[in-house]
Amino acid sequence: MKKLSIKQHTRTDFLTYLGVIIAFAVMSFLSSNGSLSRSLTGQLVPICCYMSMAVSLNLTVGILGELSLGHAGFMSVGAFSGVVAAMSLQTVIPSAPLRLAAAMVIGAAAAAIAGIIVGTPVLRLRGDYLAIVTLAFGEIIKDLINCLLVGYDANGLHVAFNLTGSKTVADLGMQEGGIAIIKGAQGATGTTIISSFTAGFLLVMVTLFVVLNLKHSRAGRAIMALRDNAIAAESVGINLTKYKMMAFVTSAALAGAAGALYGLNFSSLQATKFNFNTSILILVFVVLGGLGNLWGSLIAAAALTVLPELLRAFSDYRMLVYAIVLILVMLATNNPTLKTFFSRFKPRKHVRKEAV
Amino acid sequence: MFPKLVPMPSPNLLTERDVDKRPILECINLGINFGGLAAVEGFNMAIGRTEITGLIGPNGAGKTTVFNLLTKVYQPTKGTILLDGNDTHNMNTAQVNRAGIARTFQNIRLFNDLTVEENVTVAMDAHMHYNMWSGIFRLPRFWKEERVAHDRAMELLSIFNMADLAGAKAGSLPYGAQRRLEIVRALATNPSLLLLDEPAAGMNPSETAELMENIRNIRDTFQIAILLIEHDMNLVMNICEGIAVLNFGRIIAKGTPEDIQSNPAVIEAYLGKQKEA
Ligand SMILES: Nc1ncnc2c1ncn2[C@@H]1O[C@H](COP(=O)(O)OP(=O)(O)OP(=O)(O)O)[C@@H](O)[C@H]1O
Ligand SMILES: [Mg+2]
Repeated sequence: MKKLSIKQHTRTDFLTYLGVIIAFAVMSFLSSNGSLSRSLTGQLVPICCYMSMAVSLNLTVGILGELSLGHAGFMSVGAFSGVVAAMSLQTVIPSAPLRLAAAMVIGAAAAAIAGIIVGTPVLRLRGDYLAIVTLAFGEIIKDLINCLLVGYDANGLHVAFNLTGSKTVADLGMQEGGIAIIKGAQGATGTTIISSFTAGFLLVMVTLFVVLNLKHSRAGRAIMALRDNAIAAESVGINLTKYKMMAFVTSAALAGAAGALYGLNFSSLQATKFNFNTSILILVFVVLGGLGNLWGSLIAAAALTVLPELLRAFSDYRMLVYAIVLILVMLATNNPTLKTFFSRFKPRKHVRKEAV
Repeated sequence: MFPKLVPMPSPNLLTERDVDKRPILECINLGINFGGLAAVEGFNMAIGRTEITGLIGPNGAGKTTVFNLLTKVYQPTKGTILLDGNDTHNMNTAQVNRAGIARTFQNIRLFNDLTVEENVTVAMDAHMHYNMWSGIFRLPRFWKEERVAHDRAMELLSIFNMADLAGAKAGSLPYGAQRRLEIVRALATNPSLLLLDEPAAGMNPSETAELMENIRNIRDTFQIAILLIEHDMNLVMNICEGIAVLNFGRIIAKGTPEDIQSNPAVIEAYLGKQKEA
């Protein structure tokens, strides 16, 4: 009896996990004996967030084959709901790691709801409507959070919308001792930092686990089938809307978890951080790493987040060098000679010669 | 999971088989217009449960359009489709497939980046029940159903001697193998009516002869109805029990292969009007 092909996938996936574990071990070691620069140490959590963002966006863009231009919007939803959750659960969950975990789950849930709201009308349609709608979503979320006021006191959460621009934190009507968590355009300030590199590592592992296992299940097969040929997928009984939603909402939820970790890594955070440029940056990680190639996304996200730091020596020419590196990587990943070189390291498919 | 399927091979079925004439499919006055052009009009047809029926006609006659109507790729502008007595008018393509119609495509539509095996197992999706979480956490249900699907896929692929190709990417297969894979994929949905759109197109005579055997074999083993479009008259006349001829969107003749071969309207449609000698 032939081996289940899923078991072969599992071996490939194992190498991806192993790579992440080794990278984490090396970075923890380096940072513990102080051989990392201060700026790089500060980048460790954001790098994990971006790696996770790239993997989750790859689910929508590479595996589902739909263009999303608002992935940072889901990160934003996750970040601010995660911050609100962590700040208001301070007394209920005194343990910081547990509170962080709770905040990430809440961030993921909030982003999943946003994903359902965005996806429900759009994913029923055929054609590239998702790109334009997610683009709009990213902008709308940014503006919404810019006029959001949230505070927490003994009575619970207080929320107000500063639509006219005249409201302030005082309008929340909080009791004495209440804390303002989100202050409109100022964003979330005074956040207690509870993110950690270990949490970042676990986030990357969980994201990989969810996306890889989803990909290699009946859902992943259906999602890739409808990407390859929607009419044929329908003709074999696949419910297109259901599977598109599954991929898109999972992708949004994972972005929400990454956002919560990101938000809780800074004492002050503005909604403008999650703008169109951020969405495009994550898309660049995905495209550079290769559509559908998850370890490619991980490497691209890590390398391109660190690169601007490493290029400080070039001062004014920093972005120029950055652009050149981008172009070189793009040429390299599309170069047939290099591709065959790299494919030697990939596990072989056991196919007889006459097969192809 | 697959209650209706008969284990293969089952040679005894060949002798016991009795061509069941109760219709699995009935089309009543079916029609569609494309901006004024009546691509199909007044299409009436009934297909027995284990019948092999041919749909022939010159290029552009509307044959593929009939398949697209039956599978709801196009919504008919007129008429009714009864599948096993049930009206399909408010079903979409996926629902029609789940109700029992599977098809292949004239211009091959495989899932090119999936493997041959995945192309087949993905078609069993409607018969699998484990949910997203069982898949992510690899619960026992996941392994159990994936194992059944894998075994079933291998069994179906072996009908066409394609089990060795299971791990190859569908897009990398030669043309003939791609056509055969489309048939296997359609069968994997466990249909009661199989629609084949020019299955022999691009095949050489020996491949066609083998295909002919396979089509008959599929009907006999699975006890399903097959409606096929084909330009290869040798194949059609050999394996079809009934034939309908379409010209300019209308049926111009129906009958047994013998009737069709001697029908003057058919000869005229294919050869043009002959001058009287
Ligand atoms: N989506 C469409 N829009 C407009 N016209 C169409 C459409 N699909 C088919 N037609 C027209 O309907 C007619 C029948 O086409 P169809 O593809 O069904 O022919 P066919 O019998 O399958 O021919 P062939 O043997 O060449 O495959 C043709 O005139 C074609 O141009
Ligand atoms: Mg045709």
